[in-house]
Amino acid sequence: MKISIKSKYTSMAITIGIFAALVAIGSFAYDNFFGAQNLVNLLIDNSFLIIVALGETLVIISGGIDLSVGSIIAFVSMLAAYLLTTVHCNPILVMVIAIAVGGVVGLMHGVLITYFNVQPFIATLAGMFLTRGLSYVISTDTISISDPLFVAISEYRIPFFSDSFLSIGVIVTVFMLLVFIYIGHYTKFGRAIYAIGSNEQSATLMGLPVRRTKVLVYVLSGLTSSVGGLVFSFYMLSGYGSHATGLELDAIAGTVVGGTLMTGGVGFVVGTVFGVLIEGIIQTFINFQGDLNSWWTRIAIAVLLLIFIAVQRILVARREQKKTVKRVETIEHGVGAD
Amino acid sequence: MKSVLKKGITSHQVFWPLVGLALLLLFNAIFTKDFFLLEIKDGHLYGSVIDILNRASVLMLLTIGMTLVIASGGIDISVGSVMAIASSTIAVLLSGKTVDVNQHLVSNISLGSALLLTLGLALILGLWNGVLVSYFGLQAIVATLILLVAGRGIAQLITSGNVITVNHERFFYIGGGFLFGFPVSIFIVGAVFLLTLIFIKRTPFGLFLETVGINRVAGRFSGLNVPLVTLICYSISGVCAGMAGILMTSEVRSSDPNTMGNFIELDAILAFAIAGNSMAGGKFSLSASMVGALIIQTIRTTIYSRGVAPEIMLVVNAVIVIIICSLQSERVKTTIARYSWTQGTAE
Repeated sequence: MKISIKSKYTSMAITIGIFAALVAIGSFAYDNFFGAQNLVNLLIDNSFLIIVALGETLVIISGGIDLSVGSIIAFVSMLAAYLLTTVHCNPILVMVIAIAVGGVVGLMHGVLITYFNVQPFIATLAGMFLTRGLSYVISTDTISISDPLFVAISEYRIPFFSDSFLSIGVIVTVFMLLVFIYIGHYTKFGRAIYAIGSNEQSATLMGLPVRRTKVLVYVLSGLTSSVGGLVFSFYMLSGYGSHATGLELDAIAGTVVGGTLMTGGVGFVVGTVFGVLIEGIIQTFINFQGDLNSWWTRIAIAVLLLIFIAVQRILVARREQKKTVKRVETIEHGVGAD
Repeated sequence: MKSVLKKGITSHQVFWPLVGLALLLLFNAIFTKDFFLLEIKDGHLYGSVIDILNRASVLMLLTIGMTLVIASGGIDISVGSVMAIASSTIAVLLSGKTVDVNQHLVSNISLGSALLLTLGLALILGLWNGVLVSYFGLQAIVATLILLVAGRGIAQLITSGNVITVNHERFFYIGGGFLFGFPVSIFIVGAVFLLTLIFIKRTPFGLFLETVGINRVAGRFSGLNVPLVTLICYSISGVCAGMAGILMTSEVRSSDPNTMGNFIELDAILAFAIAGNSMAGGKFSLSASMVGALIIQTIRTTIYSRGVAPEIMLVVNAVIVIIICSLQSERVKTTIARYSWTQGTAE
């Protein structure tokens, strides 16, 4: 029993360990790396990515995938900018509309996947085309946001320890993280997600509301994407159809590096946060080094992905082996049924 | 007798995609001026139809590989990155260093060896994907995600992040030349398509492939070398992506590692899905996939020629995917079947 609990956390422990190691290496290699503000900036610059990766994690744990998160960010930024500058909507109303839009797109994914048996990859691909296309339909140019409330939120700084400061985006991120930890580990819905990801058939036979849960997972991912989109709008103060291109891959990569199995059923949202932070810190490294080019970020992330997937394969293989051995032993010794 | 004949035609998978393509062409014949007009200039054929075939060639090459991979029960999302790598490789190999007496740039190595080297590299990338999927048992989407992320980085590494202009007259023949009045690219795609068709229809490989796609375990128990079959599919996909990269580089006469083949994997998957192939693998039709690729290019050309903003293309794509996939689902099929059955009895 003790071993199984340990192995459950192994992937995540490795992720956190690597993050700590990277921070340590950075602190030794570069001056000012270990500054409070530098580490807080890591959170500020990656806040929207962490938020969408949280939703992505639950989708992947449920055994699916969501490719639309990056385009929803672009669409939300575009829609918000358009509503604020051209339609002159109330900024609070704009935020509500923006968040609702993500939910609607997520609902579309969920219904296509559960009621029409469309593969998650294809259904969310359609959502990705749709949202990015619609943002270009609004405008192909960048629309800058000058609404006083948006600017105020964007510029608001919360003092943090030793002269560092936080942005509203970081507060939203931390809030979302807490919500997701609660959803994932302390609700029936969360347990159903894990059960469905491990084995959908068993979950159905257990009487879990499989369809409802799956639809809700995609709605939740859509909602987090639009929250991420709002945070992104505060961060960039502009709407543009090509914003956050390929962000879905960063979110998926962060999730995998954070110890979530792509086959579903295994993973933690906390792991994902560190997975995304590792991606961010690699970028920081490259900024500090100066003579390294941006393509090394991609190559480094891919190598990390490979390592993590290899480690996970070995862990899973070992667990399977242990299960088989146990089962064989049980049968041989005739010690009761399961 | 008549109904049997009717059923015979409509039940063939390539029928519905062809109907879709025919409708698109009909739309163009009515609304787009001079759509079917073919002109001969300097012994070369010009016209919208030829243009569609020419422009679709890159997508068709990718779709051939993608069809085999998805039929085997996998997916290859790295083709765009492989294209970028192939493109930057051939551009660097052909970039001239020395200048001869006539002030022409001379490439470092001959065209033939540059092509072979690039295709060899693409084959290695395909093998890498295949080994990860078939021998290490990684999920196809994760395994190819690694190359998707790394590939663009590698392509940028090869060209040092620059856009490389190619100056090699004979190389331009591949993407811009004409043979018997037709663009050379059409012949290349035709040859690859025919070779693949022969490979899957005239050898047992097609049967093996469908078996693996429908049920891997059953395939293994019936003595099939399942990993090898999977590996071959990914290798072909890699080589096809390499050829697509070379073709595109030759056409645009330069290599941009940042944009080359960006998101083109989605178009290839779309072409496969539009053709009515099952995303879950198993039974497939290569010819239908080709029609799917042509449909995508025809829609694109139609949108451009009608002066509609190209940005709409993405929305159109999304609507098509949603409609096609919903039509394929059992729920809709049974509803339609029930409806047509009641119609039939009413008559």
